[in-house]
Amino acid sequence: MDNVVYMDNNATTRVAPEVLEAMLPYFSDLYGNPSSMHNFGGSVGRVVSEAREKIANMLNCLPEEIIFTSCGTESDSTAILSSLQAFPDNRHIVTSRVEHPAVKHLVESIDSLTGHKHKVTQLLVESDGTIDIDQFEASLGEDTAIVSMMWANNETGVIFPIVEMAEIAKSRGILFHTDAVQAVGKIPIDLSKIPVDFLSLSGHKLHAPKGIGVLFVRKGTPFMPFMLGGHQEGGRRGGTENTASIIGLGRACELAVENMGDENTRVRALRDKLEEGLLTNVERSMLNGHKTERLPNTTNVSFEFVEGEAILLHLDRFNICASSGSACTSGSLEPSHVLRAMGVPFTAAHGSVRLSLSVYNTEEEVDFVIEKLPPIIANLREMSPFWDEAVKNQK
Amino acid sequence: MVNNMWEYTDKVKEHFLNPLNVGEIENADGVGEVGSLACGDALKLTLKLDENQKIVDAKFKTFGCASAIASSSALTEMVKGLTLDEAEKISNEDIAEFLGGLPKEKMHCSVMGREALEAAIANYRGVFLPMAQGEVVCECFGVTDLEVRRAIEESDLRSVEEVTNFTKAGGGCGKCHDRIEELLIEVRHEKKATDAGQDGPKKLTNIQKIKMIEDVLEREIKPALKRDGGDIELIDVDGDFVSVSLRGACASCQKSQTTLKEYVEKKLREQVLDSLIVEEG
Repeated sequence: MDNVVYMDNNATTRVAPEVLEAMLPYFSDLYGNPSSMHNFGGSVGRVVSEAREKIANMLNCLPEEIIFTSCGTESDSTAILSSLQAFPDNRHIVTSRVEHPAVKHLVESIDSLTGHKHKVTQLLVESDGTIDIDQFEASLGEDTAIVSMMWANNETGVIFPIVEMAEIAKSRGILFHTDAVQAVGKIPIDLSKIPVDFLSLSGHKLHAPKGIGVLFVRKGTPFMPFMLGGHQEGGRRGGTENTASIIGLGRACELAVENMGDENTRVRALRDKLEEGLLTNVERSMLNGHKTERLPNTTNVSFEFVEGEAILLHLDRFNICASSGSACTSGSLEPSHVLRAMGVPFTAAHGSVRLSLSVYNTEEEVDFVIEKLPPIIANLREMSPFWDEAVKNQK
Repeated sequence: MVNNMWEYTDKVKEHFLNPLNVGEIENADGVGEVGSLACGDALKLTLKLDENQKIVDAKFKTFGCASAIASSSALTEMVKGLTLDEAEKISNEDIAEFLGGLPKEKMHCSVMGREALEAAIANYRGVFLPMAQGEVVCECFGVTDLEVRRAIEESDLRSVEEVTNFTKAGGGCGKCHDRIEELLIEVRHEKKATDAGQDGPKKLTNIQKIKMIEDVLEREIKPALKRDGGDIELIDVDGDFVSVSLRGACASCQKSQTTLKEYVEKKLREQVLDSLIVEEG
């Protein structure tokens, strides 16, 4: 599958060859349990500690503030449920309308899950996907137990002002969690300067394998484990360590630090070229999301009067991998909750395409997509009963 | 809802990638337009008839996903050469079958094909579409009770999820789920009444009754409660009195009495015996 043009890096990423190489010995020869009282296992434990330090180094936090989990979703659940247990009298949660399902579905089911009635405030976003900081501040109350805000949106790449929001929450004594799954590795994050209490990240979004996540818990933050069991992770998360993946994630974080410059210059330039190429070559197309307050790798473009799944399947014939917020691809009958929250009209929401790049993408690939995508749109519009009318009305 | 586009058959892919009969017939004899941009799919079907009311040409324009385009292409191929009376008999299942089957979440695409055909035929005959006359059940997708009833009857649908797969009703805000549930029960009762009329009333033995209750609990009620972290156990059946015990999240839930009466009892009455009374024992 060498000829695959992979532009779906917000869904998952390629495991970096350096990461795979670092992991392999821990599947075969070095299979010891890091908790064991023999050097064979203990030596693996030391490499796990090194990996923890590498991750802490990337985030500029303490190694003991890193808890390994199985995925971003587990990290999100742990942070939110822990906060609700830590403050049982506070039954108010503040979050946004555009969160990933890992947070959205959790808070929407929180009453049946906990057996307690909660108030959940899901803040509106502007039409460009950004959030109004005054609205955020006004939403906080005496009984707010936790704020959970994504750092960067998976569909549009729009970045929330996490620094300001976390500072406001801190001044009010409210715990703050951020789902930073899409942001980590793409934009610099310095936890010594940003007062978040919890941060979730996921290995497979930054060239580590699937099945490994991290929850950062700031020292001193009240914490209740989500998975009880052994003494692993200082008793904060039971279960034998996923040693190979932890070591892989450590290596991936080192690479992310090295590649941060490239991501924000070369990858950003490729994304901009791709976006510009599509918007100029296809009439009645538009960008979803704020143009600058955005991850460097993501573009989300809507093509009016066509449907996303049809676009994706045509792209697939050219081995181009992308995703869409259309109803048929969102796993429901309505288009993406993110685009709807932004008020993207139905004519455009159904025809949205997200292209998300990584350091592995090339300019040739970008040119290839700019060449192949516009004729696909034209072809589907030819078939659309709304297109003729739309063109007529325009004239 | 699981949604994997690779569940499409080769025939669906073929009709999607190379659709037949795309376009619009000028001065068409019958025009059928269904769906809307908001709904995410729409189909405009145009038919040309000869003097014997035989369909000599059919063309479509479709906005929608792969299965919507494939269903439209299939429909136009199927109706060409048929008389109106013959074409009228084409069901959504026929369209799905022509394509070698559709994923269950996409059955509404075949329903859209059949509805466009009906609309085109009604347009030719100068009559109103009967299905559109009903009371709107689903505001999000503009589906009427008549359309929902018909899908339940024709395809023997048994849950709200199945109704959504076939008609899209209930796939948006979800406010109409209760109404769809009512329609499911109504249609089922009508069907039962018709069946009973033919076979005479059935009398259940105690053993049969308990077995049927256990069956409904296991198959439908337990899985539904478990999704919310609850559970239920059957304790005893005495005449029409069914005593149960709610477990897990249900035990402490304030709405447990509502669950018991509105859901558990309703399901058991519907599927076992109308006179059952469910109590917490």
